[in-house]
Amino acid sequence: MSTPFTPDGERPNNGVSGLPAPRPNPTQSRRLIEVTDLRTRFKTARGMVRAVDGVSLTLDRGRTLGIVGESGSGKTVLSRSIMGLLPKRNVVRDGTVVYNGVELVGASDAEVRDLWGAEMAMIFQDPMTSLNPVLKIGKQITEGMRFHLGMDRATAEKNALSLLREVGIPEPERRLKQYPHELSGGMRQRVMIAVALACGPKLLFADEPTTALDVTVQAQILNLLQKQQRERDMGMVLVTHDLGVVAGRTDEIAVMYAGQIVEKAATATLFRHVRHPYTEALLRSIPSMDAPSHSRLQAIPGRPPDLVAPPPACRFAPRCPYAQEKCHVVEPPLVELEPGHAFRCWFPVGATAEAVEAAAAAQAAGAGAATGGDGAAVAVTEGTTTDEGGT
Amino acid sequence: MNLARELGKRVLGLVVVVLLVTLFTSFLLTLVPGDPVDTLIPVPDENEIVLERKAEVRERLNLDEPFPVRYAAWLGDFVTGDLGSFYAVTDEVPVWDRVSDALPVSLQLVVYSQILALAVAVPFGVLTAYRAGSRFDRATNGTAFGMLALPNFVLALLLAYYVGVWLGWLPVDGYVPFSEDPVEHIRHMILPTFTLAAAQIAVYMRLLRSDMVATLLEDFIQMARSKGISDRRVLWRHALRPSSLTILTVAGLNVGALIGGAVVVERIFRLPGMGTELVTAILSRQYVALQGMVAIIAIFYVVLNFLVDILYTVLDPRIRHARAR
Amino acid sequence: METIEADLVTTPPEQVEVAATRKLGPIGWLSVGWLVLITGSALLAPILPIADPDESFGSEIARKGPGAGGHLLGGDTIGRDMLSRVIFGARTSLLIAVGAVLLGLVVGGLLGLVAGYVRRKVDTVLTTVFNVFLSIPALVLALSLVAVLAPTDTGDGGDPVSNTRRVVVLILALGVVTVPILGRITRASTLSWSEREFVKASEVSGAKPARIMFREVLPNVFPAMMSIALLGIAVAIVAEGSLALLGVGITEVPTWGNMIEGGRRDLRDAPHIVFIPSAAIFFTVMALNYLGDVIRARFDVREAVL
Repeated sequence: MSTPFTPDGERPNNGVSGLPAPRPNPTQSRRLIEVTDLRTRFKTARGMVRAVDGVSLTLDRGRTLGIVGESGSGKTVLSRSIMGLLPKRNVVRDGTVVYNGVELVGASDAEVRDLWGAEMAMIFQDPMTSLNPVLKIGKQITEGMRFHLGMDRATAEKNALSLLREVGIPEPERRLKQYPHELSGGMRQRVMIAVALACGPKLLFADEPTTALDVTVQAQILNLLQKQQRERDMGMVLVTHDLGVVAGRTDEIAVMYAGQIVEKAATATLFRHVRHPYTEALLRSIPSMDAPSHSRLQAIPGRPPDLVAPPPACRFAPRCPYAQEKCHVVEPPLVELEPGHAFRCWFPVGATAEAVEAAAAAQAAGAGAATGGDGAAVAVTEGTTTDEGGT
Repeated sequence: MNLARELGKRVLGLVVVVLLVTLFTSFLLTLVPGDPVDTLIPVPDENEIVLERKAEVRERLNLDEPFPVRYAAWLGDFVTGDLGSFYAVTDEVPVWDRVSDALPVSLQLVVYSQILALAVAVPFGVLTAYRAGSRFDRATNGTAFGMLALPNFVLALLLAYYVGVWLGWLPVDGYVPFSEDPVEHIRHMILPTFTLAAAQIAVYMRLLRSDMVATLLEDFIQMARSKGISDRRVLWRHALRPSSLTILTVAGLNVGALIGGAVVVERIFRLPGMGTELVTAILSRQYVALQGMVAIIAIFYVVLNFLVDILYTVLDPRIRHARAR
Repeated sequence: METIEADLVTTPPEQVEVAATRKLGPIGWLSVGWLVLITGSALLAPILPIADPDESFGSEIARKGPGAGGHLLGGDTIGRDMLSRVIFGARTSLLIAVGAVLLGLVVGGLLGLVAGYVRRKVDTVLTTVFNVFLSIPALVLALSLVAVLAPTDTGDGGDPVSNTRRVVVLILALGVVTVPILGRITRASTLSWSEREFVKASEVSGAKPARIMFREVLPNVFPAMMSIALLGIAVAIVAEGSLALLGVGITEVPTWGNMIEGGRRDLRDAPHIVFIPSAAIFFTVMALNYLGDVIRARFDVREAVL
């Protein structure tokens, strides 16, 4: 199972035996993934659904990116599109996704499968339905290890045991032989995390990892994820509808609406200097601790737009309290007024419309992207200047 | 313990059903017009021997007694192993003798056909589910549909004639026990097995496909995919097991249903199975023997149902645990 | 999945389409067409310009294939016109099959309705009765009933039982086999529909149980019954054939089953004698199966939306 993806030609044994991953050579690139203008469209009976419509982002090792949005914003489809875990038929994916220097869009099934599990992994929302009900836990954890890393059963089981301990499951020997329905919700999610980490991936997607769990367990799981990420020096993408989840646990947050990123900034900046009206509304409606965990963010009137035929120009305009005529006519590009903080709005909160227009004009003139300075760099984005009208 | 009580209840239910079945079959006998003895021994009352014989049989079968008494007597006999007999003027052949020869033949035919049917249906079911909507899928479904519409006796006649007689590749009648000559046994069983299996293949394939398609939409399949294992592994190790319950249940039930239901195929290929014995009994008006044989077949079917139900519990760990609670 | 669109994505395309269309596809119309043709010919047989099914046209026609001597489908073993025999055969075969299923629908449907609606003891008794009959393999049960009620003679020649009686017995036997099947399906469907609010509302407003059963529940249970009924007719047609091949079928008038049985010996020289009624059964069964499936798919989807 050797792959061309790691620079030294050999797959580093990242944390499989429970040890934290060795820090790679600092002169090697820390960049894990670079997404440029990713679009995912689904063919349905009603037409082409543009679930992800021009998203660009990057992520480095050791960093956490939060993707926040309502149901229907495209956030789950985004994480799956980056990983490539989409249905085979009736789906079109455009744009580029570069992992460790290799282009994933258009790569063969086999190449992509080589990466799954060993380089990138996903944790799914509902641990009840995401684990195979008729297979024992041990089997589900060791499967990837034996397939990708060629381990024999004894070694794989030993590793599985230490993984279960790492994720905080007591009596791991007993658990190995049990079935998913014999475990509680929180434990199942821990098992799922163990499954995802089994082959030592460098990039982890967590798709609403706590939504299906009790409130008391949620914090534990999130802490566990953070700990694992630090120990293994992984890049993590945390997808959620809950701003409270990403508040203290991400380096950067991207807010999605109707298939597009409407605001992206370092976490602290987003909370302190919010620009996009949608983000502002989200912040205002952070649910209190007493509200049930699945409640919709109620403060925003109206419904998300139809992704087959989204509103022309700004997609949030129909629901935006600050919308003006221009918003319904000209599509706002993603611009940065301060480096590292991008947003898509003509009349942002806490900034002037003129500044936005000036920035947009500068971009259109071909000045291109603004780059972050140091190694802990934050995402680089390019504005969508022309819309080809959905090819 | 709950499991024992549950088991006990079911066994009781079984016994009740079997009793009622036997009650029904003995009731059937009363519907026969005319004197039952004359029906069983259709010889005119010409001489002493015949008259004596008939009186003997009448006494033996309690034919002068009211129905409940008759049934009770029959039941007593049945439970002690006396399944009735084929009556004739000079002798009587116990049903058990014939059944013990015929039942294995039918069983073999039925079991072979189920194995063949599953062996073909499972791969096709899995593949058509995986490639649902493709041309392969539609073509296979269409073929299955056609196979379902072809009556098994037509297929039997066609195979018997064209493969057996015209091409002469395989024998078309008779039966050779495995112990006697394995090769000939198999050669004689091929055509009847295939005939029975044909319709089953179509049914099982569609059943499995439908269950697999539903399973493939489940989250844990995406999870399995995301581990990077091959599609083939996902299909066979992750998707197949939870999808196979229905098809195995139906196959199990069919074993029971076909013991008697394969009558026509047995007739056409002249296999001395239960079906043939049944028809012989019916055509020669040996209703007493018929009663015993139907009772056996029904018991078989009911017991098999029960076993399949248990199998269901074993296969799906969720049900096993839910029941134990 | 989070969005409705995403759900549409994961639903296989055919399902989305079947749910959306309200029309029959081309195969559906072909099926309907065939059934209309076959039923129509069967009903109109006596007045159609075809030969007498019992009349023998002599040895020039006997065993000759389609086209011989102006006979569209050829002649049978003793020279009778195959075309007319197939049409008259449809008459009897369909009569038996439809009769049996009607019996099953009425009796089984009624019993199932009562069992599913009234529940408690009545349900237990009825379910046990169903199970008893379902414990005997269908063909065996039918065979036994026919044997007892309409015996075939073994020696003296001639049929001891009139043709009409034999037909009635066949309908009865196949009907008895159908009753528990339709009974179980109806019961299951009734059980689920009885839980709906509009039924509860009727109960609360004081309507009599019988009225509720027939006015509220039955119309909703009906589609499931119809789908099984169509499939049942197909099975009954084949069953009639099986019984004919076992020697207990109709003898005096042509049926598809007894035509096949009669043509067995001539399979080598005159295969059309077996093929033609076989083809008739084949297409009819296909058409019935297809339409049964369509009805089931259409009404299952509707239930899911509710």
